[in-house]
Amino acid sequence: MNRLFSWRNRWFAGSVGAVLGLALLAALAGFLWLPAAQGPRNAGWWEAICSAAGAVLPYRAQGAPDDSAVRPSNVIVGAQMMTPAGEAAIGRGATLAQNCSMCHGARGMSPAGTPHLAGQPAAASYKQLRDFKSHHRRSAIMEPLVENLSDEDMRDLAAYYAYLPRIPSQGMGGTPPRLVGNGDPLRNIGACAACHAASVAKPAVPQLDGLPATYLRAQLLAFANGTRRNDLQEQMRNAARQLHPDEVEELVTWYASR
Amino acid sequence: MFSADTRRIVLAHFWLAFAAFLVALLLGEWQMLVRSPLLGWIGNPELYYRSVTAHGSAMGYVFPTLVAMGFGYAIVELSLGQELRGKRWAWAGFGLVVLGTLMAMIPVAAGRASLLYTFYPPLIGPAAFYLGIVLVVVGSWVWVALMSVNLAAWRRAHPGGTVPLPMFANLAGAYLWAWTSLGAALEILLQILPVAFGWKSTIDAGLARVFFSWTLHAIVYFWLMPAYIAFYTLVPRAIGGRLYSDAMARLSFALFLVFSMPIGVHHLFQDPQVGAGVKFLHAVFTGMVSVPTMLTVFTITASVEIAGRLRGGRGAFGWLRRLPWHNPMMLAVAFSFILLGFGGAGGLINMSYQLDFAVHNTQWITGHFHLIFAGAIVIMYFALAYDLWPHLTGRALAEAKLMRWQLWLWFVGMIVTTFPWHAVGILGMPRRMAYFDYTHPELQPLAYSVILSTIGGLMLVLSGLLFVYILLRGHRAPTVPLPRFRFSEPAQPLGAVPLALNSHGLWIALMIGLTVVNYGYPIVQLALLPQTSVPAVPIGGPP
Repeated sequence: MNRLFSWRNRWFAGSVGAVLGLALLAALAGFLWLPAAQGPRNAGWWEAICSAAGAVLPYRAQGAPDDSAVRPSNVIVGAQMMTPAGEAAIGRGATLAQNCSMCHGARGMSPAGTPHLAGQPAAASYKQLRDFKSHHRRSAIMEPLVENLSDEDMRDLAAYYAYLPRIPSQGMGGTPPRLVGNGDPLRNIGACAACHAASVAKPAVPQLDGLPATYLRAQLLAFANGTRRNDLQEQMRNAARQLHPDEVEELVTWYASR
Repeated sequence: MFSADTRRIVLAHFWLAFAAFLVALLLGEWQMLVRSPLLGWIGNPELYYRSVTAHGSAMGYVFPTLVAMGFGYAIVELSLGQELRGKRWAWAGFGLVVLGTLMAMIPVAAGRASLLYTFYPPLIGPAAFYLGIVLVVVGSWVWVALMSVNLAAWRRAHPGGTVPLPMFANLAGAYLWAWTSLGAALEILLQILPVAFGWKSTIDAGLARVFFSWTLHAIVYFWLMPAYIAFYTLVPRAIGGRLYSDAMARLSFALFLVFSMPIGVHHLFQDPQVGAGVKFLHAVFTGMVSVPTMLTVFTITASVEIAGRLRGGRGAFGWLRRLPWHNPMMLAVAFSFILLGFGGAGGLINMSYQLDFAVHNTQWITGHFHLIFAGAIVIMYFALAYDLWPHLTGRALAEAKLMRWQLWLWFVGMIVTTFPWHAVGILGMPRRMAYFDYTHPELQPLAYSVILSTIGGLMLVLSGLLFVYILLRGHRAPTVPLPRFRFSEPAQPLGAVPLALNSHGLWIALMIGLTVVNYGYPIVQLALLPQTSVPAVPIGGPP
C-alpha cells in the first residue's frame, strides 16, 4: 500500500492528478465562467461564485439594481396578512377613496375600463397598492397617486373597497373555457379557477369576474411579456407566457362576461 | 469448487430475487393496464401509487441487491477457488434482507406507505417502512463485509498474487454499494426517522433530496455491476471467445468506482436548493461515466469479434455472421448492448442541464431507466442465471429454445414498452400519473402510446413467467456431471498487473475524495441554513 499511495507511483500520480485537474476545470467553468457569462452584469466575482454555489446572500449589494428589479414584491402574503377591519377603518378608507373615484367609480364600479374594486378581497387591493408604492408594479398613473399613502391608509382603502357590494353583471357566463377549470397540464399551466374562483379565497388573489375586457387583456399581455412582474412565484407570468392569442381572447371574454 | 452450502445460499438469494421480480413485474403491467384506455379507471389513485411503491421498491431495492449478493457469493468460490468464509453471516445477511422486505412491504400492501420508491420528504410514512429499508441495506452491508473478508483471506493465502478479475470487479461493486448506500442511510437515520417516530414535525426536504441523490444515481451502477461482471467474465467464455483485455476490464471497474457516485446532483437539476455551479460540476462528472461505459462497449465488442474470428469469420463484418446466435448468452449480450445504446443516448440528454428541462419528470425518464435497468441490466441477470444454474442445481439446463424465446420476448417487449414513453415524454406527458383523462382533446392523441406500452408490458410478463418456468424446469432435469466452472480467459496471458489494478485502495480514496469535493459544500451549506424545514406530510394516516 505504501508504494501505491506515493507520488512516485504513476498510477497514483496520474489518477489523482487527472481527477483533481478535471474537478478544477469543471469548477472554474461552473463557478466562474458560466456565472460571468450568464449572471447579472453588475455582479462581482465573489457574488458570482456564491450564487453558483447556491449560497444565500443578501439580495442586494452596493451598486446592485433596486429592489423592484430583483424581487417580484415586498409584500409578505399570508392568510393573516389583513387584520379584520372595523367601521372606523372603512370610514377612513371611504374618505381616502374620494381620490380614486375619478377612475374607479363612486362605488368602486368603474365605467372607464379600469378594474372594479368593489367587493375585491382586501388583501388583493392592499397588495397592489403596496406594489405600486414600492414600484414593483409599474403604472404612470397609479405610482404617483399612492406615493404619499401610509401603510394604514392602504389597509383602510382596501377594507373600504372590500366592504362595498359588487354589482353583478348581466353576463351570460355559460360553459367556462377549458383553461379555467382544468388548465393545461401538458404545458404546465394551472387552472385559473384554482386561485381565482371566489370560493377558493386564496390570500391576495383578485376576483376576475366581470372585470373590463380591456383591463384583463392588458394585464395578461403585460404578464406575458414581463412588463408586469409582481406575481410572487411567477405563477401568472409562467402561465400567460404560454397562452396563444386566441386563448387570451377566450379567457378575457369569458371573465369579462361574468 | 462450489460447495453445497454455498450453492444453497446462492439459490436462496436468487429465488427470493426472482420471486420479488415476478410479483413486481405483474404489478407493473397492472399499472400500465389501469392507466390505459383499455380498462376503466380504478377510481382510487391511492391503489395505483400503492402498486407503484411496491413495484419500485421490489425492483429497485430487493431484486438487484439479492442478485448482486448471490452472484458475489458464487464468485468467491468459483473464482478464488476457496470455500466461502462466514456462511452463517451470509445467512444472517439474507435473513435481514427478508425481514426488511417484509417490514417495508406490509405497510405498503396495507396502503399506509404509498411513498413511491424514492420516498421523498416531506412525505412521511410509517417508521416500519424506513426501518425495513434500513434492514435490507444492513443485510447487504453484511455481504460487503464478507466479500472483503474473503478476499483478504485469499490474499493471505496467495501473497503477491493477482486477484482474479471476477473477484476484483465484485469487490468494486461491493465497495461502491457500501459508500453509495450511505447517503440514503443518513437521510433516513438523521432526517426521516425522527419525524416518522413523531419526535419532530418538520423536515428539510431539500437536504433530504441531496442525501438521496447521493444514493439514487450510483445505485444504478450497483445494479449494473453483476451485468458488467457477466459481460467481462462470462460472455467471452460462453460464446467461445477470449476477453480482449483484462487490464481494460479492471480499469473500467475502477473508474465506475470513482465516477458513479459523486454525480447524483444531476437528479436535482430542477431543484432550487442546489447552486448552478454545483450542478455543472456534477454534470461534468456524469459525463465521465461514459468513459468506463465506452471502454466496456469497446472491450466486449472486441472480445465478441475474437469469438467470431475464431469460428472462421472473415472480413470487416463477416465475423458477425459466424457468431453463435443460437447461444442465449450471445443473444443476451447483443440485446443488452442495443438497449444500453438507446438508454445511454437518452442518458446523455438527461445529464445535460439544458436538455433536461425538456424531459424532467416526464414519461421520458421512466422510459430511460427502464431501458437501462430493466433492459440492458436485467437481461444480463437472466443470462447469468442461465449460465450459473447447472452449477447451482447440478442439473442440465437444456431449454435453449425456450431461453431464446424468453430473451427475444424481453428485448422486443422492453422496446415496445419504453419507446412510446420516450416519444410522449418529449411531448410532455408527466410521469407518475395515476390517471389520464383521454377525453381531453390534447391527451386523446397520446392514448395509443399507453396501449402500446401495455402490450409491451404483456410481452415482458410472458417473458418473466417463461424465465421462472425455465429455472423451475432446471430443478427437475436429470443430474449431469459438470465440468469445472470457468470464467473467461484473457486473449493474452496475464502479465504483471500494476498494484493499482490489483487493489481497490486508490479508487476508494478517489471516490471518497471526489464525494467530499462534489457533495461537501451543498450538504454543509444546506444543513447550516436556518429555516429550511417544512411541515411533514404524513401518508397513510387518517385523512
